[in-house]
Amino acid sequence: MDTEFIAEYIPLYIEAAKLMLGIGLIGIVLSLIVGLLIALIQYFKVPILRQIATVYIELSRNTPLLVQLFFLYFGLPKAGIYISSEGCAIIGLCFLGGSYMAEAFRSGIESVEKGQEEAALALGLRKGQIIKYVILPQAISVSIPALCANVIFLIKETSVFSVVALADLMYVAKDLIGLYYKTDEALLMLVVAYLIILLPISILAAVLERSLRYAGFGN
Amino acid sequence: MAKQPVLLEAKNIIKDYGNGQVLNDISLQIHKGEVIVLVGPSGCGKSTFLRCMNGLEQIQAGQILLDGEVITEGKTDWPKVRQKIGMVFQSYDLFPHMSVIDNIILGPVKVQGRDKKEVTEEAEKLLDRVGLLDKKDAYPRQLSGGQKQRVAIVRALILKPEILLFDEVTAALDPEMVREVLDVILELASSGYTMLIVTHEMQFARAVADRIVFIDGGKIVESDTPEAFFTQPKTDRARRFLNTFIYAKDGEKLTSDSY
Repeated sequence: MDTEFIAEYIPLYIEAAKLMLGIGLIGIVLSLIVGLLIALIQYFKVPILRQIATVYIELSRNTPLLVQLFFLYFGLPKAGIYISSEGCAIIGLCFLGGSYMAEAFRSGIESVEKGQEEAALALGLRKGQIIKYVILPQAISVSIPALCANVIFLIKETSVFSVVALADLMYVAKDLIGLYYKTDEALLMLVVAYLIILLPISILAAVLERSLRYAGFGN
Repeated sequence: MAKQPVLLEAKNIIKDYGNGQVLNDISLQIHKGEVIVLVGPSGCGKSTFLRCMNGLEQIQAGQILLDGEVITEGKTDWPKVRQKIGMVFQSYDLFPHMSVIDNIILGPVKVQGRDKKEVTEEAEKLLDRVGLLDKKDAYPRQLSGGQKQRVAIVRALILKPEILLFDEVTAALDPEMVREVLDVILELASSGYTMLIVTHEMQFARAVADRIVFIDGGKIVESDTPEAFFTQPKTDRARRFLNTFIYAKDGEKLTSDSY
C-alpha cells in the first residue's frame, strides 16, 4: 500500500466529494419538493396532473439513472437542447428522486386514519387546512424512514455522474487507476470516501427515526 | 313547553350506497333546544343518517334544512355549515400530534379566525367544566378513552354550534368510562343544547331524550317520548329491539310478547 500516493491524491477525492455533495444536496432538496407536490396532486386527485404524475412515476422508477443521464446529456442536444453537466446531473437526480420521494410521502399520507380527516371536516376545516394542519404533520413523521432511505439511495446514485463528464468520486478513482495503475489505493480511498459521507447520514437518519417514534405523539 | 322553531330538518332523505337503500325516505324535524335520541339495531342506518346531516355522506334524494334554509341543493359551503353542526365520533379522532389545548383551539383559530389568546381562555374554561383542565398540555395518547371523548366534546363545543351530533360516542369505551362521558352530555342537555344522539345506552337515552326515534331498515319506525317508547312501544319491531336489552334469569327464553 503506497501511503504517500494516498496522501498526495486525497485532495482530489475531497474536491470530488464536495462536487458530489453539492449537486446531491440540490438534487435531493428538489426531489423532496417534487415528491411532495406529486403526493399532494394525488391526494387532491387533481385531474390531468394526476395522470401525468402516474406516468412520470412509472417512467422515473423503471429507468436507470444512467439511462436518464444519457438521454439528457446526449439525447437532448440532438433536439437542440443543451444542458450543462451539472444541470444534467441535478435534473437527472431530481427526476429519479422525485418519484421515490412521492411514493414515500404518499404512503405516509395513506397511513393517516380516515377518521382524522372526518374529524377535521366536522370542525369546518377546508381541504387545504386539513392537509396542512392534520394530515401532513402525521404523514411526514411516518414517512421519515422511507425519506431517509431515499436520501442515502440518491447519494449513492451520484456515482454515475461521470458519464456526463463530472469529476465525481468514481471518476477520480478510475482516473487514478488509469494513470498510475494504483488500483488498490484508488479503490480503498473510494470506499472510504463513500463511507465517510454516508455513515453520518445513516446514523443521523436512525437518530431522527428514533426521536420521532418517541416524540410524544403517535397512537 | 311551547315549541321552539325548527333548527334542523331532514325531508324525505334517501341514501343509497349502490347495494340497496340505507336510508329510505327519512323525515325528521329537530326543534331548537330539543334532544333527540336515535336508537335501532346495528346497521339500521342511524349513524349514516347522522353523517348525512353534516355532509360527511352524500344523499341521493331529499333535502336537509338548517334554520329553514336548504343546505343540500346547489353549491353548499359545507365547511361553513359544519361550524353550526358540531359532531363527535365514536373513535374520538383527536389529532395525535397536537396537545389537548391545540386540538381544541385549532377550529376556532383556523376556521373562525378568532383570537388565539381569547380562544385558549375559553378552551380552559370548557376543559374545567368537563374536569380536564389539568390535562390541557397532555397529548391524546396519554389520556384514557373517556378523557379523550370529553376533549372531543369540548373541541366540538368551542365552535359554538347550533346543534351537536353524537355518533355512538360511548361505544368504544370501557364500561367504567361511559358514565363520565354521558354525564357531560346530560349536563349539556340540561343547559339547553340542541342535540341529535345515536346511542346503544338505553338508560341514558331514556334520561336525556325529549324524543326517541326508533329506526329500523333505513326507516323511522317509531317516534315518541322516552316514557312511551320504553314502556309501551307501539310496534312489534320496537318491542323486539327493546327485548334484546333485557336479560332473563335462569336462561328463561324471551319472545317478542314476553316484554
